[in-house]
Amino acid sequence: MTFTLYNDVLDAECYKVRLLAALLGLSPRIAAVEAHPGAGHRAADFLALNPAGTLPVAAAGDLVLSGAPAILVWMAAAHDVTDRWYPRDPGPMAQVQAWLETASALAATAGALRREALLEHPAPSGAAQSAEALLRRMELHLLLQGMGGRGWLVGTHPTVADIACFADVALAPDAGIALDPYPALHAWTLRLRALPDFLEMPGIAPLHALVDPLTGHR
Amino acid sequence: MSRDHAVNDWYPVADTVRPGARATRLLDTDLQVAWDGAAAAVTDAAGTAHPVQIRYGHVWTCLGAAPRALFEISEAEEPGRRLVPCGRVRVRCSPLRAVENFLDIAHFPFVHKGILGAEPQTEVFPYAVKIREEVDEVWATQVRFHQPQAAKSAGGATEIRYEYRVPHPMAAVLYKTCPPRPEAWDVIAIFVQPVSETECIAWPWMALYDDESSHAEMVQFQQEIFVQDRSILENQLPVRLPLDPRMEIPTRADLTSIAYRRWLKRRGATYGAMTEAQ
Ligand SMILES: [Fe+2]
Repeated sequence: MTFTLYNDVLDAECYKVRLLAALLGLSPRIAAVEAHPGAGHRAADFLALNPAGTLPVAAAGDLVLSGAPAILVWMAAAHDVTDRWYPRDPGPMAQVQAWLETASALAATAGALRREALLEHPAPSGAAQSAEALLRRMELHLLLQGMGGRGWLVGTHPTVADIACFADVALAPDAGIALDPYPALHAWTLRLRALPDFLEMPGIAPLHALVDPLTGHR
Repeated sequence: MSRDHAVNDWYPVADTVRPGARATRLLDTDLQVAWDGAAAAVTDAAGTAHPVQIRYGHVWTCLGAAPRALFEISEAEEPGRRLVPCGRVRVRCSPLRAVENFLDIAHFPFVHKGILGAEPQTEVFPYAVKIREEVDEVWATQVRFHQPQAAKSAGGATEIRYEYRVPHPMAAVLYKTCPPRPEAWDVIAIFVQPVSETECIAWPWMALYDDESSHAEMVQFQQEIFVQDRSILENQLPVRLPLDPRMEIPTRADLTSIAYRRWLKRRGATYGAMTEAQ
């Protein structure tokens, strides 16, 4: 079953949905919403769909879901027959839930800083310190996971938690946050980028293009 | 001094999509910009009002005493064209770098892979570049390039023809084969607001013939392309654009870029540029 994704190409939350859809081999119909400069997400037709006026929104028949975490969980639960992207064992399932909350905290800090850098929407004060605290926590967790032979936030296969956290981590340089102090985090982003059918976000270079073919520079 | 030359040009400081006020900066000067849907006002911190004009979907202002005329884009008046302001994107780079990047077609297959270019079809056919003395503008003509999806209205891959025009140190206009109307050109422009010599705000704007795409689709198509450029622009060194050819080893022979730099130097338009080894 396919669905319609109400999408803004500049928005990292929408990118999370496009990325998991690509990895699962789904091709949602894309409905462009001009959030900027036209405030299309505040227009009456969009508010009728999602009164909160937030993106992304996924519509599948009568089912209308808003927000990346809910849409990611629904896509994996409904479309991944292997149950790996959204594990059903209680322990891992709850761990995925915890990382989805971390992803939302990242969006509110690193994501907000990116919107400020790009679109001049002011970020909350203290966002940079909070974002860096989250990145340090992820770095430590991924370091420990790696020592236990687990390359992902939860277990040995990527889950919706990895997708939810990836966008704002990989786009952090857009927000002026360097990833150099976080080698385990950086290695995790490279593993994710190397997944078959990985989809680029504008601003996140694909793996093979990390070296500029014209100059040989990174 | 470089700013002394720059103050007499007009620059965009807001779009006219929605009424509102914004605080911004132009040529290191803090400004308040108000647009009520019919008229605009621009004032600085001292309360001085600066002249405004509403053109090409944007509010333009000039800080200097002797404004040079704002360039004409005659296509903006043609009936049937859809005028599409694409919002603003802030970039930590010299305003001149943003214009130069817009003129550079060699990066299409790498930076805009699958949209404006594709490997291995990376060939740029020979084209002509000149400074049209009668209008004092840089023009690149007879540009031909293979593109997988040149515009929202292009069904599939095509060979696209381009002409580039630089009518202002911080603005460039691209004329491009219009897929649904072979006799007309699509117009895509970039208007750059110089915040400082090392920071700018790009305001892309388009005037297209397109009966199929929604307004949102056209805006998002352009925004996606521009954000792909942004991360490249923020990593270019030196941050300011070198005008002396000895200061940057050319990694490729980009004729338009060479002509643009020469034209800037000749004009004395050096705000955002490096004019001697620093
Ligand atoms: Fe580009």
